[in-house]
Amino acid sequence: MLTKEIKQQLTAIVGPENFADSKASQLVYSFDATPQFQAMPDAIVSPRNKVEVAEVVKCCSQHRIPLVPRGSGTNLSAGTTPQQGGIVLLFKHLDQIVEIDEENLTITTQPGVNTLELIEAVEAKGLFYPPDPSSMKISQIGGNINENSGGLRGLKYGVTRDYVMGLEIVLPNGEIIRTGGKLAKDVAGYDLTRLFVGSEGTLGIITEATLKLIPMPETKKTVLALYEDIDAAARTVSKIIASRIIPTTLEFLDQPTIKVVEEFSNIGLPTHVKAMLLIEQDGSTQTVEKDIEDISEICRENEAIEISVAKTEADAEALRTARRSALSALARLKPTTILEDATVPRSEIAKMVKAINQIARKYDVEICTFGHAGDGNLHPTCLTDARNKPEMERVEQAFEEIFQTAVDLGGTITGEHGVGAMKAPYLHLKLGEAGISAMQGVKQAFDPYNIMNPGKMFAKSSRKRVVVSP
Amino acid sequence: MKTAEKQRIQQQFQEKMDYDELLNCMRCGFCLPSCPTYIESGKDEAHSPRGRIALMKAVVDGDIEPDEEVKRSLDMCLGCRACEPVCPSGVNYGHLLEQARDIIYQNQQPSLPVKALRKAAFKGLFPHHNRMIALTGMLGFYQRSGLQTIARKSGVMKMLPESMQLMETVLPSVPTSKLMKNRPRHLQPAATTKKKVAFFSGCLMDTVFLPTNDATAKLLQYAGCEIVIPETQACCGALHGHSGEKQQAKALAKRNIEAFEDTEVDYIITNAGGCGAFLVDYGHLLKDEEGWQTRAEKFASKIKDISSVLIELEFHKQNLVLENEVITYQDSCHLKNVQKTFMEPRQLLESIEGAAYVEMKDAGRCCGSAGIYNLVESEMSMQILDYKMKQTKAANAKTVVTANPGCLLQMKLGIEKEGLTKQIRAVHIVDLLLEAYENSNKQ
Ligand SMILES: Cc1cc2nc3c(=O)[nH]c(=O)nc-3n(C[C@H](O)[C@H](O)[C@H](O)COP(=O)(O)OP(=O)(O)OC[C@H]3O[C@@H](n4cnc5c(N)ncnc54)[C@H](O)[C@@H]3O)c2cc1C
Ligand code: SF4
Ligand code: SF4
Repeated sequence: MLTKEIKQQLTAIVGPENFADSKASQLVYSFDATPQFQAMPDAIVSPRNKVEVAEVVKCCSQHRIPLVPRGSGTNLSAGTTPQQGGIVLLFKHLDQIVEIDEENLTITTQPGVNTLELIEAVEAKGLFYPPDPSSMKISQIGGNINENSGGLRGLKYGVTRDYVMGLEIVLPNGEIIRTGGKLAKDVAGYDLTRLFVGSEGTLGIITEATLKLIPMPETKKTVLALYEDIDAAARTVSKIIASRIIPTTLEFLDQPTIKVVEEFSNIGLPTHVKAMLLIEQDGSTQTVEKDIEDISEICRENEAIEISVAKTEADAEALRTARRSALSALARLKPTTILEDATVPRSEIAKMVKAINQIARKYDVEICTFGHAGDGNLHPTCLTDARNKPEMERVEQAFEEIFQTAVDLGGTITGEHGVGAMKAPYLHLKLGEAGISAMQGVKQAFDPYNIMNPGKMFAKSSRKRVVVSP
Repeated sequence: MKTAEKQRIQQQFQEKMDYDELLNCMRCGFCLPSCPTYIESGKDEAHSPRGRIALMKAVVDGDIEPDEEVKRSLDMCLGCRACEPVCPSGVNYGHLLEQARDIIYQNQQPSLPVKALRKAAFKGLFPHHNRMIALTGMLGFYQRSGLQTIARKSGVMKMLPESMQLMETVLPSVPTSKLMKNRPRHLQPAATTKKKVAFFSGCLMDTVFLPTNDATAKLLQYAGCEIVIPETQACCGALHGHSGEKQQAKALAKRNIEAFEDTEVDYIITNAGGCGAFLVDYGHLLKDEEGWQTRAEKFASKIKDISSVLIELEFHKQNLVLENEVITYQDSCHLKNVQKTFMEPRQLLESIEGAAYVEMKDAGRCCGSAGIYNLVESEMSMQILDYKMKQTKAANAKTVVTANPGCLLQMKLGIEKEGLTKQIRAVHIVDLLLEAYENSNKQ
């Protein structure tokens, strides 16, 4: 609960129309896209500019009020659920592109700009911003930066981190700092830019970002390869990479996923095959032609039963859109859908797919798998019903074993969705206790009162919990 | 709201809301960019589909009470259902909204003027064709007698909300009672019979927009349809269903099913997107009424929008001519999102010689009419309309084509509001097609 005095202070900063604390508004900001996590904030505050952001932060710091920055609330790790109440901070007024610099190939933007709008704005100028999370139609750049989001083009072009050149940050004490800039090279001090990318709102608030742009590739081609055998598809992925071809996109979908995606998108995907790969290459016409030929050859050698090249850009876009809807389409099948994003080195992808299937059988749970196979980032997705307690326990055990397997194969517990409140209990699997305390030290240095998005990243106890509501 | 009232509502939420459907929403947010109220409210989750579903679920779960804010969030919803086709989980938001509204309205004390307006309109007016005629007749008298001029000059109109003031100016001159009463019941095709169809005339369409119904019949005749128009049919019940008067809606549905049951036709044709979408859903509406569901589904399976049947009968290959003009199309939300009819109207318009079809930006976004939404939620409705007019102007069109009476009035209202009555006209698609057909046959 906020005292009357604090409420007055906050309202004075942002204006009454940008402060809400009715029960209904608390409720609609109590969750994000993560199943089974929900916690009520005390108030929702929408500052109109960075100075107001800093004022709000100072007020929260002074009164030790938790502060949860929130983009569009599409993260999948309970990154924006206010675990300890406090204030949800919105960026709806910080939603402007500041500048597209065509000489330095950069874009400077406020955090509330929608990812797709940003991509379209730079493409209108013949430039390219590659990170394209499946949620880009909804997500905000501030959210992408704080989750270090990846996307379909990540294999060749990397993830959000690879494009963030500079940030403007409001620190937990209310000071405003700038890191990096439009510089190709910069070694002045610690690389705070990189530290803040993927920090999940636990270190400070991003109020502006300068992002790197690259020239638009000349052309692009899309291939669909179908398999009777999941392993053969997974093997193809490893083989393509081993042949020194880096496609833009190399996505994997298993049969149950193909079925639901087809049901939603109706674009004529074959639902009788066991697995499919969606592969794209871009670049100069010559390279693309050659790579696509080589890739098709590798698919054939690895028992693909059918290989087809999309005829038009519209066909290709339909395939990409269908792939992007995979997660939500799976949600049609069962009341509760739990998606994970265990990631392994890409050479291990075949082993990981196999292990996931074995684990699903062992615990008698239904797991569909799709994902950015090319960068080793799979999304084993469990279809279940939160009301079925015994099954939920098995789900939890299955996921723990999946995480452990990923780590054993040299992988990680999360490739792109972040730790949040959801995966905090598993962080030690990847980092070990010493790793966790090093990170806690960093957190302590920036945020001594632990007001920034508390309850995320670091678990209070080591009690494992994928799915049980707080 | 009183505590007892809230408790009653909460209890009925627990009893009646479809919990599986509520759980089906996985909160991915894919629907957010399509929701007009989310956009126009400055991205407020309380006015988004995801937020509304969460609120409904929270009421069922007992996490919050169904207080004024919850009601506000549901009231602000246009019911345009743009959130449905984009939802990969296939959440049937329309049904959830209807269930929730029904419970809230059933349990509310009739205190507000809005409630009174609803009651007068839904119970006293729409279900009764003769009363509709009488009222429309009065409106005609009002328009023709000079009272309209007096009312406008006296400033009485200024006391109404903006949308109502404007609505008064854009209502078409209505036909006389005599015309409305003597409707044809059976019509033969112009040449050979290709299909036998029944026509669902609709209450608003058969009174205020009578000429459009006549035009529809003519088009169907030209396209080769034998037409029956059952006399005992009634209002579709959409306005009732969308405003929490479900019992009324069910009674109307049964009357319509009975009226059309013996017609033995290939299709039942509608020319109002809003009605069509509701008729298509009769199976769901009557799912708990013994012995009715199958009959309802049979009825629903025959519903077809005029554009859709015209394309099937290749009317777009006929000679259609307009004098050089740019035309654009504003989707009817329900025609597009529920009946999934959006290619056909465009195909028809593109086939008109002499007319240049231009797609306006966000043509599929609601115009803010939404039943009586533009009267009860005037402010939001006008905000949404302003955006629509901006896109209309950007398309440089002389003619805005619509496929539903509510949209037609709303677009006229927008044109009036912008002071563009001399430059832009809003028409129903059938009126424009008839104009184009008759033009070419004159030549
Ligand atoms: C259907 C679906 C598909 C998805 N696909 C992908 C995918 O392909 N790749 C991928 O990587 N992710 C994906 N995600 C996850 C999610 O969309 C991304 O993590 C996205 O970047 C979140 O953006 P957002 O605006 O919704 O941020 P939010 O969820 O609102 O917030 C994310 C985090 O950022 C913090 N934050 C937000 N703004 C700021 C700010 N200005 N300053 C400080 N902290 C801030 C929040 O506190 C939170 O910790 C998907 C999610 C869904 C539902
Ligand atoms: S798109 Fe569907 S599942 Fe996703 S939040 Fe909206 S209603 Fe829920
Ligand atoms: S019906 Fe329309 S206004 Fe209502 S939630 Fe869906 S998209 Fe928004």
